[in-house]
Amino acid sequence: MSTLQIKAISGHAGTVPGRGAQREEGGGVCKLVDVTTCIGCKACEVACLEWNGYPFRETTFDNTYQTMPDTAWNYYNLIRFNEHEFADGTFGWLMRKDQCMHCADPGCLRACPADGAIVQYTNGIVDFQQENCIGCQYCVTGCPFDIPKFNPATKKMHKCTLCSDRVSVGLEPACIKACPTGCLHFGSKEDMTALAETRSAQLREHTSHKNAGVYDPAGVGGTQVMYVLHDIHNPAAYGGLPANPRVPLLVRLWKGPLKWLGNLAMVGGIIGVALHYLRFGPKKEEPPA
Amino acid sequence: MNDQILRYTLHERVMHWAAGLTYLYLLAGGLAFYAPQLFWLTVFLGGGATARFWHPWAGLIFVGVTAWMHSAWQADMRFTPADRQWMKEVSKYIENKDDEVPPAGRFNAGQKEFYWVMFVGAIGLLLSGVVLWFPEYVPRSLGWLRQAAVIVHEVSALITIGAFIIHVYMGVFMVPGGIQAIVHGSVPAQWARKNHRLWFDRVTGGPSARE
Repeated sequence: MSTLQIKAISGHAGTVPGRGAQREEGGGVCKLVDVTTCIGCKACEVACLEWNGYPFRETTFDNTYQTMPDTAWNYYNLIRFNEHEFADGTFGWLMRKDQCMHCADPGCLRACPADGAIVQYTNGIVDFQQENCIGCQYCVTGCPFDIPKFNPATKKMHKCTLCSDRVSVGLEPACIKACPTGCLHFGSKEDMTALAETRSAQLREHTSHKNAGVYDPAGVGGTQVMYVLHDIHNPAAYGGLPANPRVPLLVRLWKGPLKWLGNLAMVGGIIGVALHYLRFGPKKEEPPA
Repeated sequence: MNDQILRYTLHERVMHWAAGLTYLYLLAGGLAFYAPQLFWLTVFLGGGATARFWHPWAGLIFVGVTAWMHSAWQADMRFTPADRQWMKEVSKYIENKDDEVPPAGRFNAGQKEFYWVMFVGAIGLLLSGVVLWFPEYVPRSLGWLRQAAVIVHEVSALITIGAFIIHVYMGVFMVPGGIQAIVHGSVPAQWARKNHRLWFDRVTGGPSARE
């Protein structure tokens, strides 16, 4: 992925744009969402649509600030609004930018049967290759975050690419570029982890959010998208963020032991009947009476 | 005794081969989705996306043919006391000591077992297959249903594949005359007498039918 990153530019005054934004070392690229400084402006949603060339969607009204119910195949990125009462009785909005988490152990990739439809780059980005997608939607079954979405017209799956097309040429993702409060950060996983830890320590020390922490779930091997949450013990309050996401047990069973058992049974069956033929042969034909 | 006896009517043969061919088509696509090592099978099915598109439709045809077959053969496939006798001596049948095998009806107990495995397998494949066909309508709170459907579909398929391997082996290799019977419909009388004595007696008015 770093092959297309610009290192030097001829006749160019100043630094190389994007230089150092992406590093192979340090656990790949990482998007950090500091939920505590998100104002829910949805600039990231607009930037995502513009960069990916999708139309804006009609909004819905459900008596809250949630103007769209869910992400969609052409809407990768959605702010989830939640009205929340904190432990001290104060009211607050929890606003979380929801998108693909780019798991180190991606359930979508495990579940996918189509050769080359899902790839994981060395920089950690998990990307769908629509030309190889067969539209079976097994990735939905494998994903603990309910991210991949189906386009019924083309029968292909889509999700956030972490702007692999931008990152590969040394640019930051479109959503990061658009964020006006600086609640979105982009860099190496190592740097973002340090930044997230610093920020959550700051929250614990200087605000009433004594349980502030970093969401980087170990159950899926960590993610290339991390959150700083006011309350790390209650991720479900942020629009159903799972507390301990894992690739579902049945999916691991299906792609693990069951596969070997099945292969063994089928090959064993064929060997079995062949051995029967060699040992006992065909039945004798009755001679005509 | 060189007479030919009609064993399968044209109707039954069409039914059997409709089931057989749809099963083979489903098997090719299913194996491709099952194992990355066999994904190349989709090349013969028009590519992965095309294979995915037709697999459920072919599945519906297979289920339809299975229901058709059930209406035609249900009665013939009931287990009888003679089947229990036959099953007790199944090792003799496997070892080709055919003189020691108890007489069988139109279908022997093994054939009936195969029939019921495929019938129950088809139900399992249908129920799980519907979920796999339209996963976008399964809400997130029912995620376990999607996961369970994958497992049920795969396990049902593997069980039918095991039965299918044995069925094809026996029809083509182990029992001479088996494939001719299901292709041409009629069998030599001595073949019927040897392999399906009770049925032979019934259609020819032989000794066991007169009891």
